[in-house]
Amino acid sequence: MSHGTLSALVILFAAVFTNNVVLSNFLGLCSFLSVSRAVTSSIGLGMAVTFVMTTTAGLNWLVYHHVLVPLGLVYLRFAVFIIVIAAFVQFVEMALERLAPALYFALGIFLPLITVNCAVLGVALFMIIRQYSFLESVAYGLGGGVGFLVAITVLASLRWRIRKSKVPPALQGAGIAVIMSGIMALGFVGLSGLITIN
Amino acid sequence: MTSRHIFVDGVFRQNAVYRQILGICSTLAVTNLLSNTLVMSLGLVFVTAMSSLTVSLLRTVTPSRIRMMVQVMIIATYVIVIDLVLQAFLPEISRRLGPYVGLIITNCIIMGRAEAFAAKNPPWPSFLDGVAMGLGYTVVLMSIAVVRELMGFGSLFGITVLPPWFTRWTILTMAPGAFFMVGIVIWVMNTLDPPGRAGQAR
Repeated sequence: MSHGTLSALVILFAAVFTNNVVLSNFLGLCSFLSVSRAVTSSIGLGMAVTFVMTTTAGLNWLVYHHVLVPLGLVYLRFAVFIIVIAAFVQFVEMALERLAPALYFALGIFLPLITVNCAVLGVALFMIIRQYSFLESVAYGLGGGVGFLVAITVLASLRWRIRKSKVPPALQGAGIAVIMSGIMALGFVGLSGLITIN
Repeated sequence: MTSRHIFVDGVFRQNAVYRQILGICSTLAVTNLLSNTLVMSLGLVFVTAMSSLTVSLLRTVTPSRIRMMVQVMIIATYVIVIDLVLQAFLPEISRRLGPYVGLIITNCIIMGRAEAFAAKNPPWPSFLDGVAMGLGYTVVLMSIAVVRELMGFGSLFGITVLPPWFTRWTILTMAPGAFFMVGIVIWVMNTLDPPGRAGQAR
C-alpha cells in the first residue's frame, strides 16, 4: 500500500474515533443536540451529513488549491467555502427531488440544515490548516461524517433510554443531553492513545 | 420595545447559550484559556452587531428568496475582517483559535438574530440587539473559561495563581470537561431564573 493511501486511512480512522469531529473538536453541536431527540431522524441527518461532508471536502480542496491559491485570494476562503457548500446542498436537493423522490423524503428535510452545520465548514477549514492532500481531505470528510453519524446515533439512543428517568427539571432537554455528551466524550478520550494526528 | 428591554432580553432572558442552546460549538472549543475566550467573544460581539446592523439597513432591498444567502455573505465579510485583524495584530492567538474564527460564520447565534430580529426591525434596535446577544454570549463564555483555566491549569490569563501542591483538574482542559461545564451552566441558570416567563425559543 502506498504511503498516501495509508495516511488517508489513518486520517479516516482518527476522524471517527480518536479525533471525533463532534466529541473532541466540538463541531456541528447545534444540530447534534436538537435533532438527537429521535433515533431515525438522527440516522437520516448523519447520512446526509456524511455525503455532503465527503463531497464538499473534495470540492473545497480543489477550489482552494486550483482557484484561490493561484489567484492569491486565500483570505476569501471563508466566503468561498460557504458558497460552495450552500450551492452543493441546493444542487443535491434539486437532484434528489427529481431522481430519487424516496430518498428526498427521507433526507430532504435535513439538507437545508446542513448548510449551517458548522461541522461541514469546520472540516474544510481543518483540512487547509493541516495541509492535507486531496485524498487525505476526502478521507477526512468521510471520517468526519461517519464520526458525526456515530455520535448522534449513540446520543439519540441514550436519550431514548432515559426518556422515563427522573431528570432534575432544570436539566431536562438540552441540559442532560450536554452532560451525556460529556460522558460519551470521556469514553472517546480513552481511545485517543491509539493514533495521533496534529 | 425599549433599549433596556432589548439588553436584558439579550443578555439574560433569551441568552443564546444557556436558553436557546445556540452557538455552543465555539463555547466548548475555545474556553480552556481566558485569553482565547476574550478575543473570540469580542470578535463575536463585533460580527453580531455589525451584521445585524447591515442586514437591517438592507432589509427593504433584499429579495426574500435569496435573503439567507445575502445574510451569510454579510456575516462572512465581517468574519474575514476579524480574521485578518487577528492575523496581523495577535498572530499567537489567531494560531491557537485556528479554524474556530472562521466558524463564527456558521455560529447559529448570528444567523438566528439576523433572521429573527434584524430582518424585521430598524437599524438602531438591531445593532443593540446584536451587541446584547454578543454580550450574553461573552458573559457565559468568560464564566466557563474562568473555571476551566483556574482548575485545569491553575492560572488566570496565563498567570499562575494556584500553588503547585494544588492538583490540577486536567479533565477540565479536555473535551469532556467542556461538555460538563456547559451542562452545569444550563443547570444553574435554569434554576436561578426558570424559563417560561420569557418563553423558550426552542
